[in-house]
Amino acid sequence: MTPLLEVENLRVSFPTPRGPVEVVRGISFTLGRERLGIVGESGSGKSMTGRAILRLVRPPGRVAADRLSFDGLDLRSQSEGEMRRLRGARISMIMQDPKYSLNPVMTVGEQIAEAVRAHARMSRRALRQRVRDMLEAVRIEAPDRVAKLYPHEVSGGMGQRIMIAMMLIPEPDLLIADEPTSALDVSVRAQVLDLIDDLIKRRGMGLILISHDLDLVARYCDRILVMKEGEIVESCPAQNLGAATHPYTRALLAAAPRLDETRAELPVLDRSAA
Amino acid sequence: MSALMLQNLDVAYGETVVTHGITLDIAEGESFALVGESGSGKSTVLKAIAGLAPEWTGAISAFGVPRGHGVDRGFARQCQMVFQDPYGSLHPRKTVDATLAEPLRIQRIGDEAARIEAVMAAVGLAPRLRFRFPHQLSGGQRQRVAIARALMLAPKILLLDEPTSALDVSVQAEILNLLKRLRREQNLTFLLVTHNLAVVSFLCDRLAVMRGGRIVEVASVAQLKHGTMVDPYSRELARLSAHALPAPA
Repeated sequence: MTPLLEVENLRVSFPTPRGPVEVVRGISFTLGRERLGIVGESGSGKSMTGRAILRLVRPPGRVAADRLSFDGLDLRSQSEGEMRRLRGARISMIMQDPKYSLNPVMTVGEQIAEAVRAHARMSRRALRQRVRDMLEAVRIEAPDRVAKLYPHEVSGGMGQRIMIAMMLIPEPDLLIADEPTSALDVSVRAQVLDLIDDLIKRRGMGLILISHDLDLVARYCDRILVMKEGEIVESCPAQNLGAATHPYTRALLAAAPRLDETRAELPVLDRSAA
Repeated sequence: MSALMLQNLDVAYGETVVTHGITLDIAEGESFALVGESGSGKSTVLKAIAGLAPEWTGAISAFGVPRGHGVDRGFARQCQMVFQDPYGSLHPRKTVDATLAEPLRIQRIGDEAARIEAVMAAVGLAPRLRFRFPHQLSGGQRQRVAIARALMLAPKILLLDEPTSALDVSVQAEILNLLKRLRREQNLTFLLVTHNLAVVSFLCDRLAVMRGGRIVEVASVAQLKHGTMVDPYSRELARLSAHALPAPA
């Protein structure tokens, strides 16, 4: 079986007065219908990797790859119109903060319906029913009431569930979730991730979960890539993350305080030895 | 002696009363945490103490001296605040030097240059950064500037509103270590607001769990570490914060 996504030697660069700066430096990975976690700190290139797959890196940013194929399609040679048909319908992306990603002047129901209408034609009645079913699938009680609300009238957790509904309603094959819960409280965080997890499994989709939180990706992914300065420094099954060998991964694991903390001082990264 | 005392504090934003009957007694040199979810009122308590939410009833006092509702210069010398997001809390068109000089000018304290140099050294900022603008600094450096600004008046109490939640985990470790060292060196009292219980475990002695504007439990950090908090809501928060990964060797 061909993998869902194949990435070979992916590079993203931005021009600066002192020449181009590469933020993603030749990374390669493949993804099946599985859950892949990409972790790293700010500036590691993890979000740019997600955007490059959807061809959402805006000029003057430049993307180059030896291979970038999704389900046999070469993403590099797709026209902008073809990409637009692909985005949402086959690959979709959940962004970090529902506050900034939802349209403030459109009701929740209209926005979710728009995600379907962009790719398929159906009667208004069938559409309304589908939106309703999707809102129920993301465990929103009283879906008819919520569909009529505007984004400012819902909480952060509910906003993120609405985003998930919008991204999953066209039934994509691959979901890219870029820090989907970092704007949420810890109690809501688990609910939202369990929900994504459940939907992914039930629909047999592929997931790329991008996060800075090692603990979180270890819990919700099958396989993990650790990125640093645009490169993949470690790749391992999620259950082995605790036994990671690369010094950078070890340092990240050690730097996080723990609930049962006993250390007087936290170890910090030695930035001089980069 | 208690450093910070809150008695029956109700804070309101217009018609809406956000916190209800908050009573706390924090000892000198203690590090105390307020934890809870968004909307629980934890940041509002800090804002009322700092004078940013002036509509409150009850009493706030530092070292036995009550705070007024308006601008209170004497109180500001005792008690300073560090905000969550160093990208938002520093004036983008002021250099580090200008940011650090401002509290001194407001309080008419002289000897600017020497004080700025000393505080920058204390928070681990290299002297060459003194005339930089915030956009020329990293996130960790910016948070160090924000902490330095709060320390300029040599306060006894620091109010810390999610001081590391906007930072990467490796930078968070540096800032947490810095706060711990400053507290030890300067005998500071901390009132920390956070939703990250692991940070509380590292930095604090006691914590209060807030929900819906009320304190549901005051516990020691030992109770947090050993999972022996009493209130079901506190226990649930602790459970959700537990780790999936084993402790690093």
